[in-house]
Amino acid sequence: MTDDAPSPLRRVWRNLRARPAARPLAPVDTEAARDLAARLEAAGIRRLGRGLSLHALNPGSCGGCELELRMLDSVVYDLARFGLRFVDSPRQAEVLLVTGPVTRALQAPLLAAWEAAPDPKFVIAIGDCAIDGGVFKGSYAVAGGVDTTLPVDFVVRGCPPPPEEVLEGLLLLLEAGT
Amino acid sequence: MGLAASLRAQGGLPCRPWPRHPVSPGQWSALGAEAGLSLVALWGDALSVHALWRDAEGMLAVSVPVADGRYPALSPQRPGAILFERALRDLWGHAADGALDHRPWLDHGAWEVATPLVTRPPPHAGVPPEAAVEGMDQVPIGPMAGGIAEAGQFRLFVRGGRIARVQARLGWLHKGIPALMRGKSPRAASRFAARLAGDAPVAHAIAFARAAEAASDTLPPPRALALRAASAEAERIAMHLADIAALAAAAGAPLVAAHCQAHREALLRAGTRAFGHRLMMDVVVPGGLATDIAPEGVEAMRAAAAAVARDLAELGRLCAPLLRRLEGLGVVPPKLAMALSAGGPSGRACGAAGDLRRSPGYRPYHDLNVAPVREAPRNAPRDVGGDAAARLLVWLAELRDSARMVRTALTELPAGEIVATLPMVSGEGFGWAEGPRGGIWTWLRLEGGQIAQAFQRDPGWLHLPMLEGAARGADLADWPLLRASFGISHAGMDQ
Repeated sequence: MTDDAPSPLRRVWRNLRARPAARPLAPVDTEAARDLAARLEAAGIRRLGRGLSLHALNPGSCGGCELELRMLDSVVYDLARFGLRFVDSPRQAEVLLVTGPVTRALQAPLLAAWEAAPDPKFVIAIGDCAIDGGVFKGSYAVAGGVDTTLPVDFVVRGCPPPPEEVLEGLLLLLEAGT
Repeated sequence: MGLAASLRAQGGLPCRPWPRHPVSPGQWSALGAEAGLSLVALWGDALSVHALWRDAEGMLAVSVPVADGRYPALSPQRPGAILFERALRDLWGHAADGALDHRPWLDHGAWEVATPLVTRPPPHAGVPPEAAVEGMDQVPIGPMAGGIAEAGQFRLFVRGGRIARVQARLGWLHKGIPALMRGKSPRAASRFAARLAGDAPVAHAIAFARAAEAASDTLPPPRALALRAASAEAERIAMHLADIAALAAAAGAPLVAAHCQAHREALLRAGTRAFGHRLMMDVVVPGGLATDIAPEGVEAMRAAAAAVARDLAELGRLCAPLLRRLEGLGVVPPKLAMALSAGGPSGRACGAAGDLRRSPGYRPYHDLNVAPVREAPRNAPRDVGGDAAARLLVWLAELRDSARMVRTALTELPAGEIVATLPMVSGEGFGWAEGPRGGIWTWLRLEGGQIAQAFQRDPGWLHLPMLEGAARGADLADWPLLRASFGISHAGMDQ
C-alpha cells in the first residue's frame, strides 16, 4: 500500500458515512403479480420458495443484454437481498434468462441447456431479439425468438432491457410464488 | 521501391479515402511477403478478395480477382489471415490456395444454405466432422459454458496441468449481418452495425457511419462529431470498467469489481439522461446523430466521467494486489505481437503504438485539439510486458484519458445542426473508429444510396490469435483470467 492511502480509521469513517451502492427499488406491480399467481396456480405450481436460482443463456445475442445482466449481478442491484442469485450451470437453475435471437447453430445447445434444468423451471426471454428475433429475424442464420426452441413463460422488452426491468420481472415471479 | 509504394504511385479503383488497387495474384502474394506491412483485414465480394494493409506510409487497399473460386492464401506469411480466410470460405465459397487451415469458422452446418452471401446460395451439404486430436488431455469448453458469457467453443490441450495449445471455434453467434444490411439505406443498416457487438455499439456505429459518409462524400456537422467523441469516450470508460470488473471477479477481487460496477452504472444512467439509452445505441447514424444530447445530459455525463477520474487513485490502490496476481500471466509472444500488430488495449499492452484515434486519426480527435491518447509507458518494464497486468494497466491509464476527453468534448461543444443528409449516390468507402477493445474497420459499397456490400472488422479478429498464443504454457486454472484479460467480443467476430 502506498503512503497516500487513507488510514484505516478514515476508511471506517468514510464507509460509515457512505450510502450503500445498492439502489432502492420501485414496488412491484401487484396486479401483474396476481395475474402471474393465478397462472402459476393453474399450472399446479404452488410455491417457488423464497429464493430463485438464475442462469443466463445466450443463444445469439450481440452481447448488450449480457452486459446489462452483468450489471444486474453487481453490487448496484444486490440480488442477494431478494434471495436471487446467478448460478453457473442450468442444472442448478430455476429460472433461465435467455438473451438474443436463437441462431440456427445454437438451437441444439440451447435446448440441451433447457433440458438440463430441473423442473419446475421458468424461461424468461430477455430483450427484443429474444422475443421474436428482433432486427435479426428473417436471416438465414437465425431461427427466430426463444419461443422457436423453448416454451417461454414471460418476456422483458427492450434493446437491451435495463437491469431494473429484468429485476422487476424476477420479483413478480417471487411474489407470485409466495 | 517496394510494391506497396509503387501501387500507391499508381491510381486505383475509386474508394474514399484510399483507392482500392486491383492486383494480380503474384502481386497479392508479394505483398504478403513484404516487410513493414501489417494485415488489417481480409474480406470479399462475388468477384474478388480484398485486403487492407497498413505500413508507415498509411493504409493500402488491394483486391485480387477470384479465379475458379480460388485466390492465393496469405496465412503462410500472416498468422492474422487464418481466421479471415476460413470465414471467407464459409460466406463466399472462395478458397485460399495454400492456406494453413481449411476448416470452417462461421459455418456450423446449421444453415439451410451454404456460402450464404453469393447471389444464389446452394443448399447446404453439411460440414466435415472435426478431426480428433489424440495424445493430450483435452478440456472442452462451450459453446454455452456457464456464467453470463458469450457463446464460443474452446478446446484446451493440456500437458501436466499447463495449457499446451488452445483451439478456438467461434461462429456460433453468426446472425448474417452482412446479408441483412444489403439493400438497406445506410441509416437503416446502422441499426445492425450498432448491434454487431454489444460491447461497442457507439464505436461500431461511428465506424459504419464514417464509411457511409466517405462513400457518399458527406461531412457530418461539427456538433455531431464532438458528441460522437464524447459518447465514444464515455463508452470506452464504461466498457473498460466492465472488463476490469470481469477480470477482477475472475481473479477473486470483488472490491475492485464493485468499484468499477458502481461507476459503470453511473455512466450508463448518464447515457440515459443524455441520449435516452443506457448503451447509447442508435444515437450515431450516418450523417451525424439521430438525437441531440439533452441539456441536463451534458452535466450528467461530465459528472459521471469526473467521478471516475476522482476515484482512479483509489481504484489503482485496490488494483495493486490484482496486478501482482496478473504479473507474468498470459504474455503475448513478442514475435506474434509484431506479426499481428493488432492495436487496441491488448496490442498497446505489448508496447505497440496502435490507436486509430492517433493514426490514421479521425475527427474530432485532432480538430478539437484533444491531446494524444496515452499508450503503455515504455519506461516501466511491467507495462510493456504484454502480460495480463500490462493489459489491466492500459485499461486503467485509458480511463483517466477518456474521462478527460469526455469533459473536454462536452465543454467545447459547438452549436448547430446534428445531422447532414446523405445523398443517394453510389460509391465505396472505409470508416474506422477506435472502440473500447480496439480498432474497428468498416468497408462498404453504396449503389444508388443503398448498401450493396458491407464488411465490419471487429478488433477480436486479431486479438483471438493473441489469446491463443498467450495461453501457451499458462496454468489451466488461469484460463478464465486469461480470457477476461483480453476482452474479446465473440458476437463482434461472428457478425
